[in-house]
Amino acid sequence: MYSEKVMDHFTNPRNVGEMADADGIGAEGNPVCGDAMKIFIKVKDNIITDVKFQTFGCGAAIAVSSMVTEMAKGMTLEEASKITKASVAEALDGLPPQKMHCSNLGADALHKAIEDYKNKRGK
Amino acid sequence: MKKIYMDHVATNPLHPEVLDAMMPYFKDNYGNPLSLYEPGFKARAAIEYARESTASLINAKAKEIIFTASGAESNNFAMKGIAYALQAKGKHIIVSKIEHHSVLNSARFLEKQGFTVTYLPVDNHGLVDPAAVQKAITGETILISIIHASPEIGTIQPIAEISKIAKEKGILLHTDSVASAGNIHVDVQALNVDLMTFAAHQFYGPKGAAGLYVKEGTRIVPLIYGGIQEGGRRAGTENVPAIVGMGKAAEITKRDLQKRIDHVRPLRDKIISNTLKTDKVILTGHPEQRLPAHASFVVEYIEGEAMLLMLAAKGIYSASGSACSSKALKSSPVLISIGVPVHLAQGSVVFTLGEETSAEDITYFNETFPQIISRLREISPYSKGWEETEAPTCTVKK
Repeated sequence: MYSEKVMDHFTNPRNVGEMADADGIGAEGNPVCGDAMKIFIKVKDNIITDVKFQTFGCGAAIAVSSMVTEMAKGMTLEEASKITKASVAEALDGLPPQKMHCSNLGADALHKAIEDYKNKRGK
Repeated sequence: MKKIYMDHVATNPLHPEVLDAMMPYFKDNYGNPLSLYEPGFKARAAIEYARESTASLINAKAKEIIFTASGAESNNFAMKGIAYALQAKGKHIIVSKIEHHSVLNSARFLEKQGFTVTYLPVDNHGLVDPAAVQKAITGETILISIIHASPEIGTIQPIAEISKIAKEKGILLHTDSVASAGNIHVDVQALNVDLMTFAAHQFYGPKGAAGLYVKEGTRIVPLIYGGIQEGGRRAGTENVPAIVGMGKAAEITKRDLQKRIDHVRPLRDKIISNTLKTDKVILTGHPEQRLPAHASFVVEYIEGEAMLLMLAAKGIYSASGSACSSKALKSSPVLISIGVPVHLAQGSVVFTLGEETSAEDITYFNETFPQIISRLREISPYSKGWEETEAPTCTVKK
């Protein structure tokens, strides 16, 4: 059902946890609707230096979160903003069709974290 | 790696003696049971022998057993067959909200055909209240269909009590015993039902072999018209090897049932007591009135499919009623009916044991499962509580 990459990121998720001193936090989804994830970013000189995530959800949701954090780490904010659901799914060698939307919230959560960082900095 | 099958309510492996009994009917005695020569006679005799032993498992008469291809077919047959047979008498049917889809979807189909259906609620343990059945009965009621035991939460219904009410009013009672027949002692006389669904793969028989008990003298309209097979009530050339397999499985089950129950119950109890030691884990279904091999839980703050995958990675095969683990991406209606909120239903997990489950398997399971729970809780944003989960706006379309 899942690709080897999905299973790898699900069984050994990267960058799990909370970040006490995050520069930006983005949350997407809700357990009542399905999956939910939270992404924390640390930003220095416009570059995402650290990313962490917490996810409630199925195997795909956890793998997606893990992959997004790996992709985003080291990127500029502009580059990270260009990560999409499709590019995350592609990096995982695909997701089952029924999981493409409900579990693929990583890019949205990341974009919200970037927005949160920008809003905080703007103040 | 160790492989531990803990999804016996989904299906069971074929008993080796059952396979041996079936083989000659694939290879040598392949005749059509209607044919008038020896291979046909042998096939016919084998079917009738299987009918005897299948009937005996549930304390019915051989002529009261109609062979079908699945539990779903038997449930459809009972619902539609009785509705059409009795529609002149009335057009009201009573079912519970926790029936199998094959009963619920048959009920919905019948509603479109002009029947009315009452869907009875259940309590937090999943029990139907017999008084509620009594209340739901109208002058138009022709059939009551209540599942005997729930595959999802294990709860066993008070069918004999419900039957008393049905009999007083002269209403037919069907029970879907797919999860119970062959797993607990099921006796159609003691339950006093008019129709009962059962399936062979739930008691180490083959898939594709099931049956409907129809009490002598009960009129039922066929689903499948054609030849004179099954007394004209279910046409189609018989699946002889599968029927023979069901007969053999019934015979073995009748012999071994008490031994099987005595084997699985204490192992199941160990799972329940150990799993409940973990914080924020709830047993779903009835604590006592439940299938002896069945343990089902809701684990808070994590999701069922993720649990299943992690368990499978450790060689443990199990099931969940979570939305994400279903192809339809919908929470289990059974869990919702017993009052489990949607976000908790996401954490549903079901373990069902069988005769090959060993004490070592359970020790391994009891070591492994709490580790998986805590691993997934480490990943979850809710491990400290369900914050920000009230009245959500679900923007994500499923």
